[in-house]
Amino acid sequence: MNDAHAPEAAPGEVPSDLRGGRVAGGLRKGGEPRGASNDPIGGVRTAGEPRDAGSGDPLGGGGEPRGLWSDAWRRLRGNRVVLVALSLVVLIALVALVGPLLSPYTVEALDWEHLASAPELTAAHWFGTDRLGRDLFVRTLYGVRISLLISLLASAVSVVIGVTWGAVAGYIGGWIDTWMMRFVDVLYSLPYLFIVIILATLFERGSLSVLLIAIGAIGWLTTARIVRGQTLTLKRREFIEAARATGVSVPGILFRHIVPNLAGPVVVYATLTIPQMITFESFLSFLGLGVQEPLASLGSLINDGAQEMQSAPWMLLVPATFLVTLLVCFNLIGDGLRDALDPRDR
Amino acid sequence: MKSQLLLRYALRRLLGVLPTLFCIVSASFFIVRLAPGGPFDQEQALPPQIRANLDRLYGLDQPLGVQYLHYLTGLVHGDFGPSFKLRDFTVGELIAQGLPLSLTLGSAAMLLAVLVGIPLGIAAALRRRTAADYGITSLVVLGIAFPSFVTGPLLALVFGLYLQWLPVAGWEAGEARYLILPVLTLALPVIAYIARITRGSLLEVLRANYIRTARARGLGEMRVLWRHALQPTLLPVVSYLGPATAYVVTGSLVVETVFGLPGTGRYLVQGAINRDYTLVMGMITVYGAITLTLNLVADLVYGWLDPTVRHE
Repeated sequence: MNDAHAPEAAPGEVPSDLRGGRVAGGLRKGGEPRGASNDPIGGVRTAGEPRDAGSGDPLGGGGEPRGLWSDAWRRLRGNRVVLVALSLVVLIALVALVGPLLSPYTVEALDWEHLASAPELTAAHWFGTDRLGRDLFVRTLYGVRISLLISLLASAVSVVIGVTWGAVAGYIGGWIDTWMMRFVDVLYSLPYLFIVIILATLFERGSLSVLLIAIGAIGWLTTARIVRGQTLTLKRREFIEAARATGVSVPGILFRHIVPNLAGPVVVYATLTIPQMITFESFLSFLGLGVQEPLASLGSLINDGAQEMQSAPWMLLVPATFLVTLLVCFNLIGDGLRDALDPRDR
Repeated sequence: MKSQLLLRYALRRLLGVLPTLFCIVSASFFIVRLAPGGPFDQEQALPPQIRANLDRLYGLDQPLGVQYLHYLTGLVHGDFGPSFKLRDFTVGELIAQGLPLSLTLGSAAMLLAVLVGIPLGIAAALRRRTAADYGITSLVVLGIAFPSFVTGPLLALVFGLYLQWLPVAGWEAGEARYLILPVLTLALPVIAYIARITRGSLLEVLRANYIRTARARGLGEMRVLWRHALQPTLLPVVSYLGPATAYVVTGSLVVETVFGLPGTGRYLVQGAINRDYTLVMGMITVYGAITLTLNLVADLVYGWLDPTVRHE
């Protein structure tokens, strides 16, 4: 994967097409380099410049010219905001994995002694309980698990669809390209939620796999646009021509030569897709179209909390804090990655 | 000359909206019908005779193709059919009831977003790398990350329950104070995006050569900003307005649910949960038409502002 980049992908040119699509263009404009932007080494780079000694770069081998990834990694390391956000996400994920084991309660257990009680330490209801006496600590962490699981898988689904769709459309071109992108445009012009709602009604409610497909099926549109734009410029490059001349098949060219060179923008966009997917999932669950009782998702917990906020505000505040922290962190990581992989703005 | 071209372009794009709308209506018709379960499936099964009568009354006993043609014919005549669940109403009546409120909500939110977002973005760009800039940038990150189904309840909690400045939820016709929190909830993320886009765009424009030239000619900063930098800065903002509308349309579903407003948004959710075919279809058609039209308007405004766009 790393060596696929070495000769062709100079960092400066990879994301230049990110601004092709309307939304993509709009979103990325704001990306001012944060933190890392003061790094004096980041901006200046000459072709044969030797690597600074002992930079401890995990990706590049010694003595090689610096590639896209090692450069990006160095910028990312200098970006304190990203590091904090990354550690927070890891921390929350760990707590979600381990936390429920530490509590004496389970997701569905009803504690009749403590109905809608505020957070306290003596009864080990660290985040309080809901109307039915279910422990909010465990339920929130289960919600985090489900939200993270669904959103990561859905992001993966949407990246796979988006990359394949965009690369095929861009590389083959002609009327196939026209129609594939027309299809994307039509889906784009609809509020995404309608499609999600239609898809969610398609099958029985509460099935996690359906939920996954429903939100994954809608996240790939922007990826497809970005990838197509990149492919259009890539396919005119000499190394693709060389591959064609030596008789590599079309799928071979697509997946061995084009897709690996798209990794930069795809990684950035995939990271920015995760918070979107978390929002979609929570939103559907909030409306009652997603995860169903007795399971909990951050969205359904927030919905429950919103109903009870007058008497039990912690029911709203606890899941809302987790959700918003996750969303802010993923957005910051995505922005940081984009700045790291796209030094154009400095 | 240019305006004539623009007019022709507008007409052509307008004609392009119809096939797209047709595709949307057709696709959603078949997808909604393919979903297992129907509007008359209840906990307790209806007696077969009654069920058959109901199916006949609503035309559900006919083949899907016939139903589809029937639906399309109705649609062309502006008839969205009867609601399956809210028995006494046609879908058209329900939409007519809720749409004015939803449109008020949406346009107020868009207006607020533009009026607040653009100045915020300009202020941040002009005071780059100062406390004001960092403050605005951080607020933008928060505004983008907070989903409206979190902002809504939180605003209601703070301003409705604790401070008691504004009503928590509900609606009395003509009382604007019931709209303040919903509009704010809807507008916040759009304000954040617009501020972010404006900031980035203005920073880029200010680096351009013609801006340097203008400054070199001795123009004051204010004049450079207003006469030379502002228009190109706003182009990306205008092209964001299309997606923003789609966002506001979607967001209104949440906001109407959270604040208990009798708009059209909640019908879509209700209809989806109850499998009220005609209601879902009607909502999708109306919202689809609104979104497509507003996207078109955004494109036209863009073409009008940007002299390099050609409408050949």
